[in-house]
Amino acid sequence: MLRPSRQHAGYWAFLLHRLSGLALAVFLPAHFLVLGLALERQAALDQFLHWTELAPVKLAETLLVCLLTLHLAGGLRLLALEFLPWTERHKALITAAFGVSLFGGLLFLLNTA
Amino acid sequence: MAEDSSPDDAVQPELQVDVWRGGAQGQYQRFTVPRSANQTVLDVVTWIQRHRDASLAYRFACRVGMCGSCAMTVNGRPKWTCRTHVRTVTRDRYLQIGPLRNLPVLRDLATDMAPFFDKWQAAQGRFSGSHSRRDPLAVIPPQSHERQAADAAIECINCAVCYAACDVVQWQPDYVGPAALNRAWAGCNDVREADRGRILRAVASDGGCYSCHSQQGCAQHCPVGLNPTRSIAALKRAALASLSSHG
Repeated sequence: MLRPSRQHAGYWAFLLHRLSGLALAVFLPAHFLVLGLALERQAALDQFLHWTELAPVKLAETLLVCLLTLHLAGGLRLLALEFLPWTERHKALITAAFGVSLFGGLLFLLNTA
Repeated sequence: MAEDSSPDDAVQPELQVDVWRGGAQGQYQRFTVPRSANQTVLDVVTWIQRHRDASLAYRFACRVGMCGSCAMTVNGRPKWTCRTHVRTVTRDRYLQIGPLRNLPVLRDLATDMAPFFDKWQAAQGRFSGSHSRRDPLAVIPPQSHERQAADAAIECINCAVCYAACDVVQWQPDYVGPAALNRAWAGCNDVREADRGRILRAVASDGGCYSCHSQQGCAQHCPVGLNPTRSIAALKRAALASLSSHG
């Protein structure tokens, strides 16, 4: 009946920090599974690495890098908020965290292009 | 004043107002209310109660933003209704007024505030001194660092707007909430407080300051401009420092 009021930057920063963390938690087992191929099934690993050269996979990897840097920058923002002298510049910090995320993604895309 | 009468008032002199009726499983009831200059949301509710339905239950006292008793949910946001002008919350002459979120609904717009104040007690937001009435008054210079630190959190009017705005209160029922923690931090900064450790132990336990996710919904909605998240962050640091200093 009574819906919460969440139209502010702090909520969106919180939500995206959580969602990026969940996405990374889902990705990590797959990442370790592929690393495990290097030990036992080298042909399968080569086949997988060949598959990762496809453009859609590169774009997905870019998104992953964005999520990773967003989670990192968001976590540093929270640590700064809770352990450094208080600042009222929260929107600037949230914007900076998103900026770091986009920069990280673009850097990865340019290096792989 | 002239600035309070917009051209829209002359064209559309009425408000369409949906008001929550009943308990937790109630529903909204539509009323048409005359528009007037300088009209507050509390004026709207009072007009309905006096002219349309005397059984409408709501709570208010001072009407000047001091007592904190008239908070309601207005167009989806928790507000102190006596100081919220209608023109600041609607452009299309529509208001939806409900009880505060995260508190049990007694009837209509009145909520049971007992859980809110019980949590103040759980957070130990009360004073315990070491002096008697025979001792001289404590002198705390207004410009001192200690007094300034206490001032940052002391003006809370107990309206529960921050409590209604907080997602963690909804998700974690034992979380004491922003107002209780803000009060606890004001108590920690009181130089006359004799048992600061009692407060820090209480706020560092389950449902205390470490449950806060720092979304700052409380600060977004606080009608008197406090920032409970700032107080909670300071409590986190103080509780951690206290833990490390005591082993």
